[in-house]
Amino acid sequence: MHNLDNSELLRFTTAGSVDDGKSTLIGRMLYDSKSIYQDQYDAVAAASERRGEEEVNLALLTDGLKSEREQGITIDVAYRYFSTPKRKFIIADTPGHIQYTRNMVTGASTANVALVLVDARNGVVEQTKRHAIIASLLQIPHLVVCINKMDLVDYAQDAYDNVQNEFEKFAAKLDVNDVHFIPISALKGDNVVKRSDKTPWYDGPTLMYYLENVHIASDHNFIDTRFPVQFVVRPNTDEYHDYRGYAGRVAGGIMKKGDRVTLLPSGFSTNINKIVGADGEQDEAFPPQSVTILLDEDFDLSRGDMIVRENNQPTVTQDLELMVCWFDREKPLQPRGKYTIMHTTKSARCVIKEVRYKLDINTLHRNENDQQIGMNDIARVVIRTTSPMFIDSYRKNRITGSLIFVDEGTNNTVGAGMII
Amino acid sequence: MNYHLNHLKELEAESIFIMREVAAQFENPVLMFSGGKDSILMVHLAHKAFFPARIPFPLLHIDTGHNFDETIQFRDELVERLGAKLIVGSVQEAIDSGMVTEEKGVNASRNGLQTGVLLESLEKGKYDAALGGARRDEEKARAKERFFSHRDEFGQWDPKNQRPELWNLFNGKHHIGEHFRVFPISNWTELDVWQYLAMEEVPLPSLYFAHKRPVFNRDGVLLADSEFIMKKDGEEIYEETVRCRTIGDMTCTGVWKSEAATVEDIIQEIATTRMTERGGRTDDKRSETSMEDRKKKGYF
Repeated sequence: MHNLDNSELLRFTTAGSVDDGKSTLIGRMLYDSKSIYQDQYDAVAAASERRGEEEVNLALLTDGLKSEREQGITIDVAYRYFSTPKRKFIIADTPGHIQYTRNMVTGASTANVALVLVDARNGVVEQTKRHAIIASLLQIPHLVVCINKMDLVDYAQDAYDNVQNEFEKFAAKLDVNDVHFIPISALKGDNVVKRSDKTPWYDGPTLMYYLENVHIASDHNFIDTRFPVQFVVRPNTDEYHDYRGYAGRVAGGIMKKGDRVTLLPSGFSTNINKIVGADGEQDEAFPPQSVTILLDEDFDLSRGDMIVRENNQPTVTQDLELMVCWFDREKPLQPRGKYTIMHTTKSARCVIKEVRYKLDINTLHRNENDQQIGMNDIARVVIRTTSPMFIDSYRKNRITGSLIFVDEGTNNTVGAGMII
Repeated sequence: MNYHLNHLKELEAESIFIMREVAAQFENPVLMFSGGKDSILMVHLAHKAFFPARIPFPLLHIDTGHNFDETIQFRDELVERLGAKLIVGSVQEAIDSGMVTEEKGVNASRNGLQTGVLLESLEKGKYDAALGGARRDEEKARAKERFFSHRDEFGQWDPKNQRPELWNLFNGKHHIGEHFRVFPISNWTELDVWQYLAMEEVPLPSLYFAHKRPVFNRDGVLLADSEFIMKKDGEEIYEETVRCRTIGDMTCTGVWKSEAATVEDIIQEIATTRMTERGGRTDDKRSETSMEDRKKKGYF
């Protein structure tokens, strides 16, 4: 049985197209960790045969919807699960083509690690750069460049070195700190789970070893206390007559019983009286725990408000500058348009004040003259909100630094923003 | 102190967050309760999410009338213990009133009829959110499901037009008449569920543990003998030591040969098994896309 105390959850994202071996890699990881069941395998084998394919097509394992199987592509984020004795893994499997940028952004938003696949024969191509740029924009803490199909270049160190050099030159312009390069063959299994004897010049970890051991405990912000109030628990029973608990998920920092805290937007200060977690009372709370906070004195505090430390507060402002990824296939982002925004547990309305530039996600070029922000475009935008927001930069905190745009007519989620 | 959560506590924190988000964003949510382990887990998590207040939504059970007796007994005891409110949508009543028509033949099942009764129950109660215990690892169409899954006024799912979900931000905004299906345990696997139920020592129906029962074999799936299933020629009833891996309508829920008598045994069994838990569900075997087709119409 698994050692539950040490078993962490790691979320990673993969982006790639049909032929770069992404599905094969995922299939390999699922298969080698015994996460594919016999009846799943049989179903895929039967489907491959019906389609007239010679070999069992493991890509069919990751294609869920009818239209995806008909077209042989992934059109949505698919979530896959596997575990090893050390960790449980959640894969957000996203298509890599430029027209699916919004799906890549979605998958990247919660990931600890991004896998970028490079075909060893082709080296760094436009798509590699795009994936790296998205990983950098979304601040995925760890990036792994998998140099795949090493079997097709005779496991030559040159191919590996070329990719590493090319990528590092390009990545200098990005905001990524932790990059690893691993030479693999997803098809043959080299350096995926088992160390390959065909790459003696490579002394780094296998992909699986890396995923099992990369340090992710500090991917959360444990410094700046931020507790967005999600829901007020009021039992209204005789036993808990005056009970007012502020339920929510710790977005940053470590909260301790007795801590002096300040409430936003009122600005009142009081102390933490009690912290109730999933297993009853606890002395401390930290991200990403869901807890209920009780305060010494009850001020008017409700959903959308925030509990912070007196001497460490977020920026309180109605003017926000963001990198926005647009999702709406019907309507481009409307200059001067009005949208609802959702930020932590708070909703407000906003108006688009200015589009500063559109970012070319293949080259990082900033085009200041292009104001047409359509689906899958990324742009730097200034907005003004109807009420003050409690924000941090996205770099500092992915939770208090992110928001989504909602169309007021359709209620659809039409964009995602990362606060600068 | 080490500020680190194991994977079960992290999943728990995520699910509790989703349930509170439902209570905050919707006027009139309901929790769909089947009596299976996933919905027992859901109730357990909901209890934690709002403690010491009661769960702020009723439980809705769509009753096909073809249940294992143990399921109903367990359901009633659980509801009693938590002081929760239970609403039952009856497939039998829907058949009697002519709203739906019973399938005929040896493979007849009321599984598909549940969709109509479910949608009717949701409409009658004016529920704007229905919490369900579906998981993404169960089935390939479910792997693409959102936490907050939008349904139009006909209760239909449009898989190509789903709202992107990023970070901790869940958009439950909807027009009158539309509703959401919400799946707080999306990221749990079957093994996670069992490990967590073991860790928390959650009481479970006896059906999940090995017991002797009259069974018969149909197309490679063992089914429990019951008056609700018409037997084909040559299908012989015999006694076997079995357990359920999923609990659903008796007509489509297979049982497994198993000696697993405790939750720990079950965890061992799952860790080494080569079949998915829905491998015994004849409702999924009707075609390659049967789950996707049913989901589009409004199934669980």
